[in-house]
Amino acid sequence: MTDTRTRPEGGGIDSEQRRRRIALVASKGTLDQAYPPLILATTAASLGWEAGVYFTFYGLDIIHQDRLEKLKVASLANPAGPIQLPNLLGALPGATAAATKIMQKWMKDARMPTVPEFIEMARGLEVRFFACSTTIGGMGVEEDDLIKGCDIAGAAAFLDYAADADVQLFI
Amino acid sequence: MTTQFTSASVAEIHVDAELDASGLLCPLPVYRAALALGHLAKGQVLRLITTDPGSLEDIPALARQRGDTLLGAERLEDHQVFLIQKGARS
Repeated sequence: MTDTRTRPEGGGIDSEQRRRRIALVASKGTLDQAYPPLILATTAASLGWEAGVYFTFYGLDIIHQDRLEKLKVASLANPAGPIQLPNLLGALPGATAAATKIMQKWMKDARMPTVPEFIEMARGLEVRFFACSTTIGGMGVEEDDLIKGCDIAGAAAFLDYAADADVQLFI
Repeated sequence: MTTQFTSASVAEIHVDAELDASGLLCPLPVYRAALALGHLAKGQVLRLITTDPGSLEDIPALARQRGDTLLGAERLEDHQVFLIQKGARS
């Protein structure tokens, strides 16, 4: 099979020298937005790529020990979300919990791993986790609040990693 | 990229490991196939069953990216069968 996407030199499939790399930014801390970076990172690692995720701003909650199991789905200003409510009703107590429950059920029924399970899968495949140092300093997060093994990094360090990536995505 | 499906040759190939990923959605068939291939030696063959329609493109992509060889793929009514030979690089 001819793969026209393979480059003649560098990280192509015939190259022994360098693995392909993906650099992801996870900037959102809702349950629904935690899945895409974790899915892409574990998939990339499964393909034999190096994979790194930079968790920044609300995305830092995905690797926050006390928060990663409590990520929620917004019921307000989320017109494609699990519950279709006018914003006025979406603001009612319990609406966020209901939207979250529905999404959790969708994922469970589809036999999709939970966010903590995806994190375990990613770690098992040696996906690198970068924790944004500005978010830690500016949003009152302690390093010890994060899951173990994250690299505390600023934007320059992440860009240094991303500059050598074949795929870079902001989520 | 269009996956070429064959059926005649698939039955004749020696299989070293089997993985049934029926009922699993992306990325689990790819994830589990990669783990299974990780336990094989170069040249050994994994027989993979999937029901996720995305795997029609995903499994050939997995093989291409890992440097494995897709020896055969068969599309049946409600599932697909892939034969993947582990390459030197993966």
